[in-house]
Amino acid sequence: MIKTIISEGLPVDEQLLIRKKIIQNGTGPKRICIVTGTHGDELEGQYVCFELIRRLNENIQFLDGTVEVYPALNPLGVDSVTRGIPTFDLDMNRIFPGDPNGHLIEHTAYEIIQDLKGADMVIDIHASNIFLREMPQARINVQMSKKLIPFANLLNIDFIWIHDAATVLESTLAHSLNVIKTPTIVVEMGIGMRITRDYGNRLVDGIFNMMKKMKMWSGPISKEISKPMLSTTGEVFFMNADASGIIIPSVSHSVNVKKGDLLCQIVDPFEGVVLQNVLSPVDGVVFTLRTYPVVYEGSLIARIFSKTPCSDNL
Amino acid sequence: MKREILFQMKSPYRDDFKIQGFRFGEGEKSVAIVGAMRGDEIQQQFTCSQVVKNLIELEKEGRILPGHEILVIPSANHFSMNINKRFWAMDNTDINRMFPGYDKGETTQRIAAALFDEVRGFKYGIQLASFYMPGEFIPHVRMMDTGFQNVKLAKKFGLPYVLVRKPKPYDTAVLNYNWQIFDTQAFSIYSGDTDTINKESAKIAWLSILRFLNSMKIIKKDMHEGFNSSVLHDNDMETIKSNQAGILYSQRGAKDEVKEGDLLAKILDPFTGAVRSEIYSPIDGTIFFAHDKPLIHQNTVMYKIVKF
Repeated sequence: MIKTIISEGLPVDEQLLIRKKIIQNGTGPKRICIVTGTHGDELEGQYVCFELIRRLNENIQFLDGTVEVYPALNPLGVDSVTRGIPTFDLDMNRIFPGDPNGHLIEHTAYEIIQDLKGADMVIDIHASNIFLREMPQARINVQMSKKLIPFANLLNIDFIWIHDAATVLESTLAHSLNVIKTPTIVVEMGIGMRITRDYGNRLVDGIFNMMKKMKMWSGPISKEISKPMLSTTGEVFFMNADASGIIIPSVSHSVNVKKGDLLCQIVDPFEGVVLQNVLSPVDGVVFTLRTYPVVYEGSLIARIFSKTPCSDNL
Repeated sequence: MKREILFQMKSPYRDDFKIQGFRFGEGEKSVAIVGAMRGDEIQQQFTCSQVVKNLIELEKEGRILPGHEILVIPSANHFSMNINKRFWAMDNTDINRMFPGYDKGETTQRIAAALFDEVRGFKYGIQLASFYMPGEFIPHVRMMDTGFQNVKLAKKFGLPYVLVRKPKPYDTAVLNYNWQIFDTQAFSIYSGDTDTINKESAKIAWLSILRFLNSMKIIKKDMHEGFNSSVLHDNDMETIKSNQAGILYSQRGAKDEVKEGDLLAKILDPFTGAVRSEIYSPIDGTIFFAHDKPLIHQNTVMYKIVKF
């Protein structure tokens, strides 16, 4: 069943429609929600929605509970290659929890929260942006980590990044839901404007794995669920550009690097000179890598996770 | 006046990005004034340029009082303004969601850090701000209820209203909030327009800043005292939302006084021109905010009216 949760008039012969697909079977009380398309240029979640629903439809007899899929919280953005909310030029993931008496978009954000409230788990799928490619990872606020890490461990991702409270953006969907005790995990993977089928399949396998543990799914699951690295067993290093120019990459995404390895060069095509050799400061894995070549001073180039020696014993 | 480059950054192919500051007087860090931080804040840039122009004249006449330093930064984002973009030219991030900034972080975090480094520590901070909703306001001073705000000082701008509002989650990353957290009395001036220049409302804004400086004995200028500002909170206003979408045919705008039952606007069918909805004022009052674009979405704030 497809249910419309928002229907508001646009000026000329069109409704702003936000819809969800409800797949329900059995009598189980558990409900999980898969949401994506908050940023209109992040499309990795589209494949996840398709594949999840396809597999559920084919094996509905194994489901005991409710799966709700929201493929496009920002339908105007997804359908017009716009990251923010068209006409308002606002980042939708900075207006939660919304306001029932506010402007259309604030009211919409409020209604989305009301609709998701009370779910047993919400997976909020993002796809970085058009500049950076991300390894499949969960991002969790430290204050929610005890509750959410066990679930994130099931999602067949590579990395769980625990954020300090000070760096948490309070106006996001995930934070707003967690505050009202609706557990929500942000999954970041892939890159904007593209679909990485392998990542999508992995996450869908992970969602079925999670449903199995939640006793919502009795069907087959993948036997190859990866065990993610946990950021608290090491340190995340950020590499930002020291110079404005064009990036020429030297490593691939998701590779292990050694301290001193060349990650990329920032060059000046006018002069034919290298402005900066970007070297890895540590041994570690490149879990974020810039793919868009033009950079300004400060542009993020890579993030490397370096495991603390012997952290396996911690 | 000293004209300084406060921040400079190379671009791959464009001219260098520079934030320029105009420093007047010497002594206590008295007032920092920030103009456009978004590329569409042309009214804010214009208003700030007029503040600079007036201060240059006042300085020539010896009317900037000794012991005070004034820093004016008319533009912090002309890289976007020059190419008709609202947010940062490369990654579309909003500088006014990056405060207090981070000098080792991403580009707009670095810009915010450099800007905040220059303007923090001043006794008073004034930002010429814009609002995310398209529309026209009555010129007013806006401040956040952080516990540090001083409404009495805000009234010294002599604008018709001082609006005190509760911070929202995103506010913790805006300039005004961070100014207050770091012990600067911060005020946001809303002159009513953003991407067009309205000389009348811009003049109200720049005169209000000069009036504040005069009142705080930072400059000496013969000026009208302005309005005895009314202090408002969000719940002092009646919000009227659109019950239909379509073409907006406004009858009344910001600053208008209205009576209960007055026709404020009509929403028209965009194909037939038929009236889909007539919007009437539910109260006697003054229109504080009016949506002013020709198209209107359903369930959108059309008017905010201050009750008499």
